[in-house]
Amino acid sequence: MLDQTPKKVVEREALRINPAKTCQPIGAMYASLGIHGCLPHSHGSQGCCAYHRSHLTRHYKEPVMAATSSFTEGAAVFGGGANLRQAVNNIFHVYNPDIIAVHTTCLSETIGDDIPSLVNQARDDGLIPAGKLVIHTNPSYEGSHVTGFSNMCRSMVSYLTESSGEKKNQLNVLPGFVEPSDMREIKRILRKIGAPAVVFPDTSDVLDAPQTGKFNMYPKGGVTLAAMKTTGDSQKTLALGAFASEDAAKMLQTKAEVPYEVLDLPIGLAATDRFIEALVELTGNEPPASITDDRGRLLDMMLDYQQYLYGKKVAIAGDPDHVIAMTEFMVSMGMIPTYVITGTPGKKFTLKIKAILRDVNPKAKVKAAADFFELHQWIKNEPVDLLISNTYGKYIARAEDVPFVRFGFPILDRTGHSYFPTVGYVGGMRLVEKITGVLLDRKDRDDPDETFELVM
Amino acid sequence: MTQKATTTLKNEALVDEIVTMYPPKVARKRRKHMVPVAPGTEQKIEANARSVPGIITQRGCCYAGCKGVVLGPIVDMVHIVHGPVGCSFYAWGTRRNQGRARKGGQNFLEYCFSTDMQPDNIIFGGEKKLRKAITEAYEIFKPKAISLHATCPAGLIGDDVVGVGREMSEKLGIPVIGFACEGYKGVSQSAGHHLANNGLFERVVGRDDVETDKFSINMLGEYNIGGDSWEIERIFEKCGIHIVSTFSGNGSFAEMAKSHNAKLNIVQCYRSINYMAEMMEEKFGIPWLKVNVIGLKATSKSLRKIGEYFEDAKLSARIEEVIAEEEAAAEKEIAPIRERLEGKTAMLFTGGSRAHHYQSLFKDLGMKTVVAGEEFAHRDDYEGRKVIPTIKIDADSRNITELKVEPDPKRYNPPKTGEEISRLKEDGLLSEYEGMLPDMMDNTILVDDITHLEQEMMIASYKPDIVCSGIKDKYIFEKMGIPSKQLHNYDYSGPFAGYHGAANFARDIDMRVNNPAWKMIQAPWQKRPMIKAEMMVETEKEILA
Repeated sequence: MLDQTPKKVVEREALRINPAKTCQPIGAMYASLGIHGCLPHSHGSQGCCAYHRSHLTRHYKEPVMAATSSFTEGAAVFGGGANLRQAVNNIFHVYNPDIIAVHTTCLSETIGDDIPSLVNQARDDGLIPAGKLVIHTNPSYEGSHVTGFSNMCRSMVSYLTESSGEKKNQLNVLPGFVEPSDMREIKRILRKIGAPAVVFPDTSDVLDAPQTGKFNMYPKGGVTLAAMKTTGDSQKTLALGAFASEDAAKMLQTKAEVPYEVLDLPIGLAATDRFIEALVELTGNEPPASITDDRGRLLDMMLDYQQYLYGKKVAIAGDPDHVIAMTEFMVSMGMIPTYVITGTPGKKFTLKIKAILRDVNPKAKVKAAADFFELHQWIKNEPVDLLISNTYGKYIARAEDVPFVRFGFPILDRTGHSYFPTVGYVGGMRLVEKITGVLLDRKDRDDPDETFELVM
Repeated sequence: MTQKATTTLKNEALVDEIVTMYPPKVARKRRKHMVPVAPGTEQKIEANARSVPGIITQRGCCYAGCKGVVLGPIVDMVHIVHGPVGCSFYAWGTRRNQGRARKGGQNFLEYCFSTDMQPDNIIFGGEKKLRKAITEAYEIFKPKAISLHATCPAGLIGDDVVGVGREMSEKLGIPVIGFACEGYKGVSQSAGHHLANNGLFERVVGRDDVETDKFSINMLGEYNIGGDSWEIERIFEKCGIHIVSTFSGNGSFAEMAKSHNAKLNIVQCYRSINYMAEMMEEKFGIPWLKVNVIGLKATSKSLRKIGEYFEDAKLSARIEEVIAEEEAAAEKEIAPIRERLEGKTAMLFTGGSRAHHYQSLFKDLGMKTVVAGEEFAHRDDYEGRKVIPTIKIDADSRNITELKVEPDPKRYNPPKTGEEISRLKEDGLLSEYEGMLPDMMDNTILVDDITHLEQEMMIASYKPDIVCSGIKDKYIFEKMGIPSKQLHNYDYSGPFAGYHGAANFARDIDMRVNNPAWKMIQAPWQKRPMIKAEMMVETEKEILA
């Protein structure tokens, strides 16, 4: 496994090997699926749409509906305007969504198709039925799939948010590039605390839809257009995760003067505490006993199994918001994050991780815009006790025989992530279960018979 | 679900009903891509034409056909994708083309290489970064050969991957082969296959002259999904047939370089590799023969065809022995399963050839294919090679170069006399493919580049017991309550080729079609008209309020 990877690390300037990120449009497509009655549309060559649908499907094991402008060489040379017009007309005629969320691709962005003008022209020409919407985002080449997600969230605000002039007794919550299960859990916490909120985007009941024997092209979940409209009247926006959510929150402030606060993703005990505290402060409601009990149960698990966690060296790879929260969680259990990377570029990431690790492991290797190849080389040089990453880490885990917990996007080879959250106290409990599970399985595998433990 | 997806019409009436759902122009276009099959009549289908924007096609791009399908499976080359990171990322390990390093050789299948183009590369040009990336790959891995694959933005800004490849070949002293397979070229993955064939033919085939065995062949268009190639190799070796190289499942640069020394090319996926077969015949004189190693009877028939070609009594006798032994063993496993599958129906939506190949295997299981179609096939895949002279070359196909090939002055070495080859061609053994249509039955439909709407309506009408397709639509069918089997990547199982493969497939289809969980879709309370209450309790809604 990965037999060609040498131990010696050579600085690379141009070659990306085994990336820890993917491209922007897939994030935009995912965010679009969190709008009720929406058909995402990929404005580019067919391959982009096919790849993004395929990869989202591999992660969710659910239908991922999206259309494409089907560029050919002619469109690439003369512009994709005619293709977009045909697409809009055909989509409304045949598939009848409430809204089409267009995202550009490297192709249409390079040739500079002006989507807003094309959409306006299509509307003027009667290609968009009354009451139907077409929104768009330019994901750009900069950043990663997280950036594409963030850009589509911002576009949702710029196209759909309205201000009636009257404030509503509600919050906006941007959950970030998380699982349907996480969005469901965030909504549950909001309900428990008594914080009315518009959560967007919201892929729960879209990408975790039940088996009913009936295919529904537009499942019941997703933020409704009516709810999106009211986001301009909300009291405040909570943006969970700076990389995925801050831009949209900022746009809400600019457009509708809704103030915002950026919080870390509520993964792990302390980050969830801060999320709950923010809600308490905003609503004036004390958390119900059930929430405090959830917290106590998580803490109980962390302490019950501390001896297996304490001092363990961990490598963490993934999307920046996820990795930041996870690193803090590891530290809170006495574990030692040793290598911490994200594929997404961003100085904010390294600064934040270094701050978390200042007193624990100031020598940790921390890198943004990094890849799995380099992480593997670090591990070859100095091994770790645990690897936490998306599915692509499994190659390293196998090559170096490292216990491995799947976390983040994408997870292509296990089930559960879209059904069981990792956010909140309950999500934290799931993470402790998974982490102790792989560490103890390893111990059971490696212990000689005479010290093989029955009770752990 | 779209409005009229509940139709019960079949065949021609269904096709006519489907197109009423489209805007008129689209209806006219799509009607030509759907053929209600009428056996015994000459029928024509439109294919390899542009997909309709917005229609929800299953198709991918030229890059996917070049890197993803043909080049990617070659294990001992570093495949660098020149573009933003996604194109390479999505083609990393997802197709399940399995491979092993040769003794002392390298295997890069677990790796993903990209130039990860950034905005400044798009603005100022990306060739410099590409050269640097090639140098870095060479310094780290010292591979025997490197391939370069252009993506949409790389092509648009004028980066010349073919030129950079030639330049770096000279500099590094290893083949660095560029493929200008930008995603927007052609109308589907098919353009990428053609480009890939051209590049491999020009830069790899014919490099290494060696002596080969009497019964040595190349296996063309076999991609070792789920280990298919290894099962085929097992059968061939047992018969005494030696495989020089496979294009390109578990492929090796070094072996492909020797491929021109083989005595016969056998073609499995005709769509993706027919170009190579034709060009190798023109340049080296190696005849080609279409096979199908999917299905018991089909595999046996293919082996017999190979025997017929070599005209060697001992080989033919050995082939018959192998067929008898293998068929009996597979039949023993399949027979009890067939009892559970007999009479059930399937729909097949695949890439370029499998919707044809798998009909044979379903027939072995006693199942009938009611609708079949391909994503990126051409008319000859459906109607047979006889229609090639009548296919109009449109603008989208014209910009994929047809190589001018001439007999190699030193290496043109046909294994049989001209008269023998002509006779075998006349007999329909060599250079012949009759396409999928003649094998389809009455009251079935052939569809090219099927759309989501067409899938929904055909499924609603035919109510198949299983739909075989790919990852994008698999869960759509399953949400409808219909089991689905991926025939692109085999749902993480396989092999399905040859005799062991046929038995595997039988077990796999049985598991899906007869899974008891399908009977549990309705909850007990959804099956009865009304609930009689004995207790008065609050519902969840009331409690929450």
